[in-house]
Amino acid sequence: MSSESEPAVSFEGVAKSFGARRVLECLDLSVARGEILAVIGPSGTGKSVTLRLASGQLFPTAGTIRLLGEDLSALTADALSRLRRRVGFLFQGGALLGWKTLAENVALPLVERDRLPPADIEARVRAALAEVGLADAGDLYPAEVSGGMVKRAAFARAIIEDPEVLFFDEPTSGLDPVMSRTVDGLIARIGRNRHAACLVVTHDLAGALRYVDRIAFLKGGRFLQVASPRELLAHPHPEVRAFLEAQSLEPTP
Amino acid sequence: MTVLHEPVDGAVRAFFAAIGRTARLVGAALAGFPAVLTRRDCRHTFARQLFIVGIGTLAVATVVALFTGMILSLQLGIAFRQLSLEGMVSTTMSYAMLREMGPFMTGIILAACVGSAMAAQLGTMTVNDEIAALEMMSVDPVRFLVVPRLWAMTLMAPILSFYTCILAFLGGALVGYTQLNIPFLQFIQGVLDAAEMKDLYVGLLKAAVFGILVSGISCSVGFATTQGAAGVGASTRRAVIYSFLAILIGGYFITRCFYVL
Ligand SMILES: Nc1ncnc2c1ncn2[C@@H]1O[C@H](COP(=O)(O)OP(=O)(O)OP(=O)(O)O)[C@@H](O)[C@H]1O
Ligand SMILES: [Mg+2]
Repeated sequence: MSSESEPAVSFEGVAKSFGARRVLECLDLSVARGEILAVIGPSGTGKSVTLRLASGQLFPTAGTIRLLGEDLSALTADALSRLRRRVGFLFQGGALLGWKTLAENVALPLVERDRLPPADIEARVRAALAEVGLADAGDLYPAEVSGGMVKRAAFARAIIEDPEVLFFDEPTSGLDPVMSRTVDGLIARIGRNRHAACLVVTHDLAGALRYVDRIAFLKGGRFLQVASPRELLAHPHPEVRAFLEAQSLEPTP
Repeated sequence: MTVLHEPVDGAVRAFFAAIGRTARLVGAALAGFPAVLTRRDCRHTFARQLFIVGIGTLAVATVVALFTGMILSLQLGIAFRQLSLEGMVSTTMSYAMLREMGPFMTGIILAACVGSAMAAQLGTMTVNDEIAALEMMSVDPVRFLVVPRLWAMTLMAPILSFYTCILAFLGGALVGYTQLNIPFLQFIQGVLDAAEMKDLYVGLLKAAVFGILVSGISCSVGFATTQGAAGVGASTRRAVIYSFLAILIGGYFITRCFYVL
């Protein structure tokens, strides 16, 4: 059973291959409750795969992944489904249902799972949409709005049930700088106030440095460096240094 | 039930794994019928699917059935006239349509018009992570997507099959009247005299089974989609081909069960 002191998510020697293609070599990591950890790294290194592993959408070829204390590979489908009620996930592309409006999409977890009274659902959905700046867009369909708006609605859907663990796959890609900061602020608030563990995959290092607790740099199937923003800027791994410089973030002397 | 899975290595193993997955999916969807009555969303999708299966295919079914009846009547007429057995045209048509051709044509129409679209839609949802998103929200994709589709097609297929038979008889009677000099009502009477209740029941049962096969295969193939837009195209084609094969093979065995030489 999960206790407060136990990490919300932990990877022990995790490897993942697709057929002959080895994507992740050996990952070791743990994320505590209330901690916000950013995963950065070059495109195509397996950041999205890492999130899918952590949420039980994919299973590791080797190693163990624990989510809220449960070994994901050992769970039955039912138990996994129950565990997922405590987890929120933002997909890289949003993954909203095309035949439902933004508001209906955001309401889906509440309607399908909790069966709350319609008035409560409506109030919560309206509040969640307002938080991501979509107060007037609730009645539009995903095909009628921009990619950034889809992303924000998907963000609202991921957080609507106050999950204990949150996975965000590039929450700010496709958003304008102001909205990116808003979303960063929301993630920071969720991490602090609700004591939820957040794993955030992002390319927006400058934004992440402001609010995350630790940053994990993934490349070649391994975390080359896991460090706090301050440490990372002070002593970047050579690969990380190149990443920082490309984003015009100078390591501190 | 989880519907997403990682690819299985090896063509033979992948084939049997796919059959196993489809069977489990069909079982779960059949057992999930109560959701159609109790869950609002499921009910809405079910109603929409009834419309797509029933009304959406009506025009195609009408043309196909009329002309099938006309072709059958013409060919049978040519053959039986040489034996002076024109009266047998309606009898033979009655057997052929009710027992085999009605359900068979219904299955083909459903696979081509509805199953293909199901596979494409669920395939697109799969490659866009929408199915994974449902699973992450603990919303069962079987109840949410498959139950209404499978039940709508299964319940609508016998009705469509019956409609197909009626129109084929009308087409046949039309050709009988214009080309074979068989009075219209006499042709219809001949069809009715030859029709047995058992033929009707078995035909309708067969249509229902084809509805299960086509929707089950189409959904299962849709969920197995990988590799983006090209993958959706491949899934659509696969859904139609596998449905055709299942209709033919399944049709033979159902006939074997109910009719002995
Ligand atoms: N289901 C899958 N089957 C086969 N290969 C996969 C699958 N999912 C991911 N991969 C492979 O794993 C590698 C890592 O993919 P992933 O999507 O995790 O990259 P990423 O780090 O998220 O990149 P990006 O920053 O562009 O989103 C890719 O090379 C991809 O081809
Ligand atoms: Mg990614």
